[in-house]
Parts: sequence; C-alpha cells; structure tokens
Amino acid sequence: MHKLLAGQSGRKMFLLGNEAIARGAVEAGLAVGAAYPGTPSSEISNNLFEMSRESDLYFEFSVNEKVSMEVAAAAASSGLRSMTMMKHVGLNVAADPLLTLAYVGVKGGMVVVSADDPQMFSSQNEQDNRYYGKLAGIPVLEPSSVEEAKDMVRYAFELSEQVGEPVLFRTTTRINHSTGVVTLGDVQPVKTRGEFVKEPSRWVPLPVNARNLHVRLLKNLEEAKNISETSPYNFTEGSGAWGIICNGVSYNYVRDGVADLGIEGRVKILRIGFSHPLPEKMIQSFLAGCERVLVVEEGEPFMEEAVKVFAQEAGLTLPIKGKAPGLLSRLYEFDPAMVRQAVATFFGVSHAPVRPMDLSDVPEIPQRPPNLCAGCSHRASFYIVKKAAEGMDAIYPNDIGCYTLGILPPLSMADYLLCMGSSLGAGCGFSKATDKKIISFIGDSTFFHSGLPGLVNAIFNNHNMTLVILDNGTTAMTGLQPNPGVDMSRLNLSGYGHVSIEDAVRGVGAPFVTTIQPLKVAKSIEAVKEALQFKGVSVVISREICSLYAKALKLDTKRVFRISAKCIGHRNCIDELGCPAFFLKDGKAQIDPGLCTGCAVCAQICPENAIIPVKD
Amino acid sequence: MNTTRLIIVAVGGQGNLLASSILGEAALLSNIPVRMSEIHGMAQRGGVVESAMLFGDGASTVISDGEADVLVGFEPSETLRALKKCNKDTVVVTNLAPLPPFTVAIGRGVYPDLAKLQELIRAKTKKLIAVDALELAKQAGSTLAVNMVLLGATMQTGKIPVSPENVKEAIRTKVKKAFVDINLTAFELGFAAALAERS
Ligand code: SF4
Repeated sequence: MHKLLAGQSGRKMFLLGNEAIARGAVEAGLAVGAAYPGTPSSEISNNLFEMSRESDLYFEFSVNEKVSMEVAAAAASSGLRSMTMMKHVGLNVAADPLLTLAYVGVKGGMVVVSADDPQMFSSQNEQDNRYYGKLAGIPVLEPSSVEEAKDMVRYAFELSEQVGEPVLFRTTTRINHSTGVVTLGDVQPVKTRGEFVKEPSRWVPLPVNARNLHVRLLKNLEEAKNISETSPYNFTEGSGAWGIICNGVSYNYVRDGVADLGIEGRVKILRIGFSHPLPEKMIQSFLAGCERVLVVEEGEPFMEEAVKVFAQEAGLTLPIKGKAPGLLSRLYEFDPAMVRQAVATFFGVSHAPVRPMDLSDVPEIPQRPPNLCAGCSHRASFYIVKKAAEGMDAIYPNDIGCYTLGILPPLSMADYLLCMGSSLGAGCGFSKATDKKIISFIGDSTFFHSGLPGLVNAIFNNHNMTLVILDNGTTAMTGLQPNPGVDMSRLNLSGYGHVSIEDAVRGVGAPFVTTIQPLKVAKSIEAVKEALQFKGVSVVISREICSLYAKALKLDTKRVFRISAKCIGHRNCIDELGCPAFFLKDGKAQIDPGLCTGCAVCAQICPENAIIPVKD
Repeated sequence: MNTTRLIIVAVGGQGNLLASSILGEAALLSNIPVRMSEIHGMAQRGGVVESAMLFGDGASTVISDGEADVLVGFEPSETLRALKKCNKDTVVVTNLAPLPPFTVAIGRGVYPDLAKLQELIRAKTKKLIAVDALELAKQAGSTLAVNMVLLGATMQTGKIPVSPENVKEAIRTKVKKAFVDINLTAFELGFAAALAERS
C-alpha cells in the first residue's frame, strides 16, 4: 500500500513538503485531482496518481494546467472536493478559467496549489503568484513549514466550501522540497459521486449573469476577509515595540534570527498564513502597538504595500519597511543570515555577521551545469538537425523540457524561449520577421500541452518553418509522468486512450511529415535534410525512448561501448556530442561503462570506427 | 537543544537524496528534531545537488554561507566548491573519487589537483575526513553504494546527534531489500575508514 495511505492517524512520518500536501488532501477526502506536472509541484501529482490506483480518489494527468483547472472546477461545482496543482507559471496557463471560476464559484471544496520558485531553481521566472489571489478575488493560504502545509491544505477545503470559492494554496520551493516530521491525521471518506444542479444564471457567465456574479464574488471576498481577521493562521507572538510581519518560510528565518540576535523580549511577530484577503483590522492593531515595523516576505512587496495602505487608513505614521536597498530584495530567495542581517539593521541591533570565508586562493572550479543524460535521444536529434542544417543560416526556437539543455555547448541548439509551446508561436514570428531558416524543437508532452495551437497557426498562415517533435515517450524533466502520446501498457496501466503524434500532425493538415529514429544517424540526417528543403510547414517526429525512462522500465539492455586502440584522437565524439559518459584520461577519450547506455551515436560519427561494443 | 547544520553536496545521480532521507529517518527514530531541504528538478540531470539538514532547535530548513557545522561532499571538486558554506570550525567529509564535469572534457576548465584540494580544505576548516568512497563501495559490492560509505564516514564527525545504530535501522527500512546488505557493508566500511582517517 502507498505509504501515504498506509500511515495511521497519530503516526509521525518524515515527509517531503509535497508528500505532506498530498496527504493533507487525502485526509480532507479529496475526490478528484488533476494536474500537469511541473517542478517544484510534481511530487504532489505523482503521489496522488499512485494513490488513485489504490483508493477511491480519481486523479488524472491532464494535457495542460488550463484543462486540469477546468476538470477540478467541474468536480467542485458538482459538490466534490477537488484539487489541481501546478508550478507558478502553470497558473498563467490556467489563469483564464480561474478568473471566471471565481465568479461562478464552487460547491465542493476546491484547492489550487501554486508552487512558486523564488531563485528559479527550475523555472524561467520567479513570479509571485499571491497576486493571482488578488486578481481573481479568492482566498490565499501560505504555509510556513511542511507540517503546517499538511494541516493547512486540509483546512483549505473547508475554507473553500465556507466561502464558495476556490482557495489558492501558495507554496514555494522551500516548502515543496523541504522535508520535516509530520503527524498524520485521520482520513475522511471520499464522496465519489457528485451532483451537478443546473442553474444557468449561476454557472453560465453570459454578460447578463456575470454582472450579478461579480457582485456575488465581492460578497464572498468580504466574508473571506472576516474569516481572515480571526484566522488562527494569522497570529502574533512575542512582545515588544518592534514589529515584524512575515509569511511562508520567511517566518522561520525571522524566528531563528530573533533568537540568534537575542532580542526576543523586544520584538512582536505577526505571521500571516491567510494572505488574501489580508486581515486589515488585525494588522492595524498590530501596527498601533509598534514603533517601527519590518515586513519580511520573499518576492514582491505584496504585504508591504497593503500594510502601508492599512496604516494610512488608520492614521498611523510609524516607519514601515521591507523591500529597500540595504534591507530586503525582490530578487531570489531569502536565507537565515540575510533575514537576520535585515532585522539587525532595521532595528539597530549590533551584530557581527559571519564573515565569508576567504576563498581567494581556491583555484577556479570547472562549472557543472546540468546536462542531457548519457544516451539521451535528444542529443542525437540535435546533432542530426545540426548536420542536416549545415550551411544554412538557421534560428532554433526551443521549448520547455530536458531538451532545453540543448542550449549548452557543444550542441548550442536553443536560441529563443518564453514558455511552454513558444517554440511554435515564436517560430511563426521569426519566419516572418527574418529571412532565416526556422527550426523549432518541442518535446512530446509540451507539444500536447500547448504546441498544437501553434502548429495549426503555422499551417493556416503558411509559415515557412520546420518543427522537430522530440518524442521520447514520457514527460522526462518532471519525473517521467505520462502524456497523451505515451504507451500506457509500458506502465501496466489499462483503460487509457492514445493520441498518435503522426495522426495529430497529419490531421491538422501538416503538408510534410516524416518520422526518424535518431539513433540511426546517417539515415536521419538525410530525412531531416529533405524536411528542411520543404517550403511551408514541415514536421519531423524524432522518436526514441528517454534513456532514464528506459532504465526505469528495465529496457536498458543494450551493450555498452568502449574506445579501441584505433582512436587517433579526432575527438569528434567529445567535441560534437558532449555526452557525459565521456572523459579524458591522459588526453585520450574514454567512456565510463557505468554511464554509457549503448546508444551507439558516438560510434556512428567516429571517422576511424574506433568506438566499439564491449564484449561480455 | 543546539542546532547542528549539515550540508551534503553531490552530483545529480549520486544518491545523496537517499542518504539524507535515511539520516532524517534515523533522527526521527532518535527523537531528534530534524528538518531538511533539497533541490530537485533540472539540477538532477548531472548538475550539483545540495541537501541542507538541520538537527535540533530552530525553524529554518536552509543553511546560509559560512554556517555549516558539517559539510559532506560526494565529489571532491564539489566539496571544494561548497567551501563557502563552511567556517573555521566546520568538519568536512569528502569523497576522493573525482567525477570530472563535462566542461573539463570540452576544454572549459581544469579539474583541481586532489592533493592541493585537500590541503586547502584542511587549512580553512577544523578537520577533513577524506575517503575513497568509490573504492570502498566496490569492496562492499556496488559502485552505487558511494552514498552509504559517505554516510558511514559522516557518522565519525562526532557532530551528528544520531546514533549509528539508528542510521543502520533506517537503512534497513528505507533501502530496497535486495540492497540492504551491500548498503550496510558500505556504511560500515565508510565508518571504519573515517575512524582510521580521524585518528
Ligand atoms: S531524463 Fe530522458 S530526456 Fe531527460 S536528459 Fe535524461 S535521457 Fe534525456
């Protein structure tokens, strides 16, 4: 049995934040979950997916976040408890349904988990999604620890039902990927069948209805504000004339910093866990008891600006600061020393910061950027396209997935990227704005997520571009989740359909479609050359299983390769492929048998045929 | 209870996430408050992966520069890179088996000299325990057991408020059955090698 289902109430477990969130949802009797995976949210969906096979929970990997939001919305409008979870930028994709969902509201509790990524460990931006709560007019909850996350997510369902609105549960990487000791609670039974009561004036936001629904939303927001004023998730601790208002993980750094500085008796802390609508009266009375107040929050000055407005309304003129030079930044994540220093500076506490170690005599250490795995089929695809396009002046719009790592030398095959699916839309734009050859790359999962509309656009507007779909049979970057093109029988799962990429591409009328096997290098180069000559939209589907996935499925049975005495040191293998299984020993190329997957791409490009299989 | 701050740095795929979760389970068994944070996602594709573990009082789950009590490096150049996390009282454990990053092979950087690297770490910190974890893992029966060797060595720093018995118990519960023996042997070998290093 799944460990999150087996755990009895009262048991203590050492859980990842995302596991705690999944458990909290299960404890709340979650009936329907839907998600598109994205770091740092992915383990929530992975765990729910696994648990759904052993319980009454329904969970699906939806094609993108917008669809997952709609799936969850319909379940909640039918009275079931539902949840969707996504990385912060995923909420941009799902923003369209969310903003009107706030108008029509929900019946069963619905929780939208946004996993923000300050510092951009695995993301293209560090947007602060609390603003989505404000924009949509729905409650926002923010936990400060793994343990609190579990309990708070449970509460989020109740709050959602109480207010009749979805609740935005906003986490950051340091909650999602922190691990802590969690005490399990009891699991509520799942109500699995909902009832949708037709009421077009409520569920169909025609303008005439929407005008009333906006009134309804503002009323609900007012109620949420009243709940926030007395919420146990907004609390004050300590005493003194100095005030600190903080949220999320910043609260931990504040607590530790206050203790380290030995100023416990002088500081009051207001921890905000219910951050939209903010508890205006509570904050005003907190301010009234303070001489000066520091607002500690990662990201944007979301609370700070509101706190200043509340102070003005209450006629309070004390100094309130947060994001300011020499204090706290809007950039990146915080850490304990940073917050300790800001607290010391703002309140004028003398404090000797830890002096950074003198590392001036340490030699420069070679960089270790993440890299495509040894044997990754994307490496072969990039090499093939590069060879086929030799002599062409090409722009390579890339997309989101492992293959974004094609940006690294020696491949250097990523010129432009915005978001999921942008390789297509941007490819269309470049084809009109420049005279260059446009070759876009997109993975299978990303293609289904948001590549299809761009392809339809390219075909309709007759853009001149080549699209290379890198189909490795899984959603690799986020941890091997299925997508509509995946063969579910490989996972021993039945009851799923299958969408063929060829059928989809031909079905929307792509005039040139070819499929290659990228581990057959020479043949693939010829096929890609032909695609590149085509005037109009040509599509190359490059199909080979992800090597990490193959390993997980125990399909990695190929013989590994070694470099024989025939090697005379051209180094094409190293200089053109950049496979991490290669290393140099006394200036000569060698292959690490522990990393080699036997893809044989290097063997095909070695001019001396010096790379040969290891005999058993 | 005082806070002990441990940083583990490794290369994606070296099994540091398993090592840290075993240590966390062991702390839970010992009734020691424990929190940790890690980086998942893109870095796991052969980049640098860091776990921060905090035992004892406090609320934070990350460790600022200069504030680690113990640094464990699964790869020598990564141990050196993480030196900014240390201060003069930090105890450092490092693997001596290099995994040169690919940038070295394509001529974008030079791998640091191992003797010089150890000398530098020794000079700047309280103590360095250096073991060839790859060799010991091979002795234990699997090159994949590097993480357990280093876990064993870490227990010799005398800084981790968890008993070796509880770590072994956690290995038995967290590791797949078929690998438990190899992992326990690897742990013992690391534990013994670090003891020899220490004295
Ligand atoms: S996980 Fe798969 S797709 Fe990603 S880099 Fe590794 S082999 Fe390539």
